[in-house]
Amino acid sequence: MSEHLLDVKRLLCPMPVIKLQNLMNTLPTGALVHVICTDPGTHHDIPAWCRMRGHSILSIEEKEEEIHFMVRKEHVNSQRDKIC
Amino acid sequence: MQRKALALISGGLDSMLAAKCMLEQGIHVEGINFFTGFCVEGHTHALRSKDKAKQKRNNALWVAEQLGIQLHIIDIVDEYKSVVLNPRFGYGAHLNPCLDCKIFMIRKANDWIKEHHFDFIVTGEVIGQRPKSQKKSTMPIIAQHSGATDRLVRPLCAQFLPPTLPEREGWIQRDKLLGFTGRSRKGQIALAKTFQFEDYAQPAGGCCFLTNENYSAKLADLWQSQGARSYELDDIMLLKVGRHLRPAPHFKLIIGREKGENQYLQGYRKEFDSMMPATHMGPLVLMDGQNLTPQDYHLAAQILGRYCNCLPDESFTAELRFKDGTLQALTVNPFDKTDILPQWYIEKGNRL
Repeated sequence: MSEHLLDVKRLLCPMPVIKLQNLMNTLPTGALVHVICTDPGTHHDIPAWCRMRGHSILSIEEKEEEIHFMVRKEHVNSQRDKIC
Repeated sequence: MQRKALALISGGLDSMLAAKCMLEQGIHVEGINFFTGFCVEGHTHALRSKDKAKQKRNNALWVAEQLGIQLHIIDIVDEYKSVVLNPRFGYGAHLNPCLDCKIFMIRKANDWIKEHHFDFIVTGEVIGQRPKSQKKSTMPIIAQHSGATDRLVRPLCAQFLPPTLPEREGWIQRDKLLGFTGRSRKGQIALAKTFQFEDYAQPAGGCCFLTNENYSAKLADLWQSQGARSYELDDIMLLKVGRHLRPAPHFKLIIGREKGENQYLQGYRKEFDSMMPATHMGPLVLMDGQNLTPQDYHLAAQILGRYCNCLPDESFTAELRFKDGTLQALTVNPFDKTDILPQWYIEKGNRL
């Protein structure tokens, strides 16, 4: 399955979520997105957005000042996704 | 047939209550939140370590999750420039175009409900709560100029407004809508209790940096220094960070106030010449200007020395890093705090 890198270092909330939202709208179900953030608010916001949309967080890792999320696009509520 | 409403969700209590009132009436509600670049919540907390006790989260997302609704976060940074630069209804006390802003956002929401076949729009507006945009006289102006007209419902103060289409058609019951007015929050707090909302954002000083006097002074300085009323997202983000000093008309310094801000400013070292102390502990400084001279760098190093707690007559060396990555050491006599002229600070009351 395709894996995509989303580098949103330096961006502050809600831009990381908006960038993830926009990218996910272009991807097929099952696609993996590796998101790299520096805003500590993403600890809450990325998982909250994924729960809302029904996508899965496979892992969260902190590496120095960076936060790395691995997100998988799920099929759940795909109709809703189209109108983000 | 279940009717559908789009609620403007700011992340504060009022919009949360307004959306909840509609959910209680059996309406399908989804939320929309607009990112203008001037939002307060999140950014200052994210940047500043001193705010680490505060929740670092996007409050609109959090509210949507508490309500169990979908939230659509929309980037309107570019479109919003016309609102900030040319507000038809003018500014409030500072550079806050609150009435134009509200009209713009409801117009965007109105476009959205047409595109997605929703029935009406909900806001948390309360008559008398904001001096510029939330007055009885501005409520019909917002409804008309946004194009939403009678599809705009304000559940928290609906008892003081004419019945809207959803009320007249019986999609929602008017007698279950509320009659809050003024700046008191007592009614909202009591209603929050009945809904068992115990945790909600209470932003001090509003949710937009444009209502902040010092921020508006920095934005006005930006326009004056570049000779044009325009901005990019990075410009307005940097105005939120650090101390801003303009020791000469052709350049200013952005000085980090703490670790979180220094880390954020480091991300801009390829766009600006920057400086850090080499012999002392102290902040990162960005130099924002054109055609900088050796004298300008010397002055910047002296100013930086003031923020490094140098002792009197102590030698101070700064590491100057040019945008291309080349480095240069500058040894200077650091300034004392009395050497920093008050008019250099870009803040309320100070204009070059």
